[in-house]
Amino acid sequence: MTGAEPPEPKVTPDLALAHGLTREEYDRIIRLLGRDPTYAELGLFSALWSEHCSYKSSRVFLRRLPTRAPHVLQGPGENAGVVDLGGGLALAMKIESHNHPSFIEPFQGAATGVGGILRDIFTMGARPFALLNSLRFGAPDDPVTRYVFGGVVAGIAHYGNCFGCPTVGGEVAFAPEYARNPLVNVLCLGLVPRGRIFRARADGVGNTLVYVGAKTGRDGIHGATMASEAFDGTSEERRPTVQVGDPFTEKLLLEACLEAMATGAVVGIQDMGAAGLACSASEMPARARTGAEIDLDRVPQRELDMTPYEILLSESQERMLLVVERGREAEVRRIFAKWELDAVQIGRVTADGLLRARMHGEVVAEVPVRALTDEAPVYERPRARPGWLDHERAFDPRSLPEPGDAGAVLLRLLAAPTIASKSAIWRQYDHMVGINTLVLPGSDAAVLRVKGTRKAVAVATDGNGRYGYLDPFQGGALAVAEAARNVVCAGGRPLAVTDCLNFGSPERPEIMWQFAEAVDGIAEACRALGIPVVGGNVSFYNETLGRAILPTPIVGVVGLLEDAERRTTQWFKEPGDVVVLLGEPAGRLGGSEYLATLHGRVSGPLAPLDLDRERAVQAACLAAIEAGWVRSAHDCAEGGLAVTLAECCVTGPRRLGAEVTLDARDRLDELLFGEAPSRIVVSVPPAEQARLARILREWAVPMTVLGRVGGDRLTIAVGDTLGVALDVDAMAAAFDGGLSQSLEGPSGPQSEGQA
Amino acid sequence: MRFGVVIFPGTWSDMDFHHVISQVLQQPVEYLWHRDTDLSRFDCLVLPGGFSYGDYLRAGAIAGRSPILAALPDFVAQGGLVLGSCNGFQILCEAGLLPGTLVRNDCLQFRCQWTHVTVEQTDSPFTRGLRRGQALKMPIAHGEGRYHADAATLRALKEQNQIVFRYTTETGEVTAAANPNGSVWNIAGVCNEDGTVLGLMPHPERASETSVGSTDGLLMFHSLLGSLVENGSVLGR
Repeated sequence: MTGAEPPEPKVTPDLALAHGLTREEYDRIIRLLGRDPTYAELGLFSALWSEHCSYKSSRVFLRRLPTRAPHVLQGPGENAGVVDLGGGLALAMKIESHNHPSFIEPFQGAATGVGGILRDIFTMGARPFALLNSLRFGAPDDPVTRYVFGGVVAGIAHYGNCFGCPTVGGEVAFAPEYARNPLVNVLCLGLVPRGRIFRARADGVGNTLVYVGAKTGRDGIHGATMASEAFDGTSEERRPTVQVGDPFTEKLLLEACLEAMATGAVVGIQDMGAAGLACSASEMPARARTGAEIDLDRVPQRELDMTPYEILLSESQERMLLVVERGREAEVRRIFAKWELDAVQIGRVTADGLLRARMHGEVVAEVPVRALTDEAPVYERPRARPGWLDHERAFDPRSLPEPGDAGAVLLRLLAAPTIASKSAIWRQYDHMVGINTLVLPGSDAAVLRVKGTRKAVAVATDGNGRYGYLDPFQGGALAVAEAARNVVCAGGRPLAVTDCLNFGSPERPEIMWQFAEAVDGIAEACRALGIPVVGGNVSFYNETLGRAILPTPIVGVVGLLEDAERRTTQWFKEPGDVVVLLGEPAGRLGGSEYLATLHGRVSGPLAPLDLDRERAVQAACLAAIEAGWVRSAHDCAEGGLAVTLAECCVTGPRRLGAEVTLDARDRLDELLFGEAPSRIVVSVPPAEQARLARILREWAVPMTVLGRVGGDRLTIAVGDTLGVALDVDAMAAAFDGGLSQSLEGPSGPQSEGQA
Repeated sequence: MRFGVVIFPGTWSDMDFHHVISQVLQQPVEYLWHRDTDLSRFDCLVLPGGFSYGDYLRAGAIAGRSPILAALPDFVAQGGLVLGSCNGFQILCEAGLLPGTLVRNDCLQFRCQWTHVTVEQTDSPFTRGLRRGQALKMPIAHGEGRYHADAATLRALKEQNQIVFRYTTETGEVTAAANPNGSVWNIAGVCNEDGTVLGLMPHPERASETSVGSTDGLLMFHSLLGSLVENGSVLGR
């Protein structure tokens, strides 16, 4: 701010390319402005037109998602979606990715991912009341995986715990395809009174733009661009692009913002996340069809001699941009002063549709806001079905030998890091703060009460990359089906979806094809199950040196329980209870955890998804739960029926065995470990079995009585033979110890320590 | 009984305590900002859990020097009661109102889990209505909850009956496995010599409603309110 900042470089086409813009995009900028851009303007376009900010490769397909329903108060387009819970209350919900920063700097990458999603929720006026995370890492014996995993979990714990929002659920999976491209998707929920929802609009010409929160530094500049590129061997050098988080400041920011919003003086608000001030100062006026004039000298800075480019693009955390009613600035400043945060008038809302930034009295950037946002490029990139897909699907798992000892296989699967207990992770997260968590981590879905009502909210995230690889359309649909099914198992009626789509480079036709298919699959499942998509995130470029992650659409579903007392957990409760399978018993080995863990393959055909059957199974399960006598309900997922039954035995506070009999099929491994959608294992008191049968008949859902809860062993008899006979304690030991054994055991042969 | 719940920058269990005291116990309760020093209208102050000042420097170090802490000794001398939970306990130790200190868990990680703590003394207003040896189920959530004091302090605590809670099994056995953070002697909570200032690492406000899994956290409050009979069960109202 002294005028001693270094002179800005001259803008050339080469400089534009170095900024991640294409030659065509650069030409387009010149046409839009009618002149060459300044350096600061080049920075604005490079950030706002990056994939991460503009969704240029995905928008065309995302339009296919169903986003409307009577209970949707805010769909995609704002910082979070909002759904009506009834009784004057609404729920804000959003999932976001922070994948690339979490590889470069796992602790801060994950921590700031949490920080960002929290801000997306409280910028809507909602107090965050739950966090979940969906994580993917490489093989657990890879030292890089162990390093990344440790940093990510510690970072999530650090930010969420210090801020004071409980982390109540999620999922973690490991596969070598994520080795250099971990996935960190974070979901946040917040409650807000229906009439007090805030939006990110710069309404009211003449209103004041107020910058609040932490000071601006040089951290994270071009974080958005970094997230829009694949990794090569130079990823280490990008560490300065990772932002550094301060959850304490964010907590103060939350309290100050909510207090300020309650005064009525705040007209609009947006957090400064990706592309920092540049993004909020252009998106807010774009939505309102106004403009913004800002004075960069007035931006609070914690480093000397910052240039306009740096001030505009910094991704320093814990900052918000408020639009305050003209004349009421002092009220807002007082509140922020109490919380010891900066609150500085940096500009005002104008009528000319431009973002005009000044420094030392000179205009350094003057760009139509719509050019940066609505008129960003939209690409319909070429798509091509991958040539290898038919070959992968054609693999017949039945060509593999059957296992000799199904019990040993079950123990091995229970200990597989994707299936094994994650309690070593979630006991590092404060999952009780707020005293709303009725169902803690460890069951199919988390359940949180809504204080002051009888209601509760159930929430789960799901997404299987193997399914996405073998059939992206199916993978997208299955992610929706499974997340909704998990919510139903907890007693929740699914309300809405937020999705995070994690893929490789959209510049490769086969990736683009996978993406388009997955979006179509999600759309079809959402329509069939009647749940709208209210917002989400796309993360492209998750690949290193040409090798992409498994296509991984991750879906978060939120559901409502009208009566919190109907919440249901997944473990068996009472000896003597009858164990029943809803849905078809048969599973397939294609794409299964069994095939991957025992045979190292991701191939074969997936079991088909019949969305009518899925809807019926969910509706029937919910009807039974709402009747009040379902003791437990567990979604049948990775590992198949045998793993599901074992989990019902060992995941509760009281370990209980079961005696199960199955009709023989062709192959034992398909029967026990085959995977298929639309299956739920419930347990009910014997006296209610007839009522359950009636409900299932009404919904035309197949019903198989599997056996009874009791004893201290899980026995699965198949026809005349005893397929599985395992002590509950042995299963618990495998399940409880699996994750730490995988992560702390000796390193595998490919451990080279390359980052 | 008039309760005050103190908020420092970074505190977050304030809302939880307020909820329990007002909705469950149905007692008058107000929030206090850490700069308030007029405590005359309160009978009992609560210093709740959280990460005051982000736990920067040391947990509770900065909050321990807040204006409201300076006003506490007089408040206590005039008969006021103080309950510090989690970060509140850390703050009271930093301010010198309780002996000892809380340091990093021996597992070096944050831990959120249910624990049992056993009542060691029943002379304090917080424990008068409980039973020696009674096991209470309450959760912890902390990364720096390992209680530490030097040998002389520990001896004094023992002699003066200032050890109030210890981590135990469900049946009251003091074991290493029951100790979630490595605290010396499994100490989970201590009080001042008069028993009017109590600090504990567990979160009683998170164990005050059946729906969340335990109501044992209410027992200390019931003891304060005089609504318990001596064997530790609640008087019917």
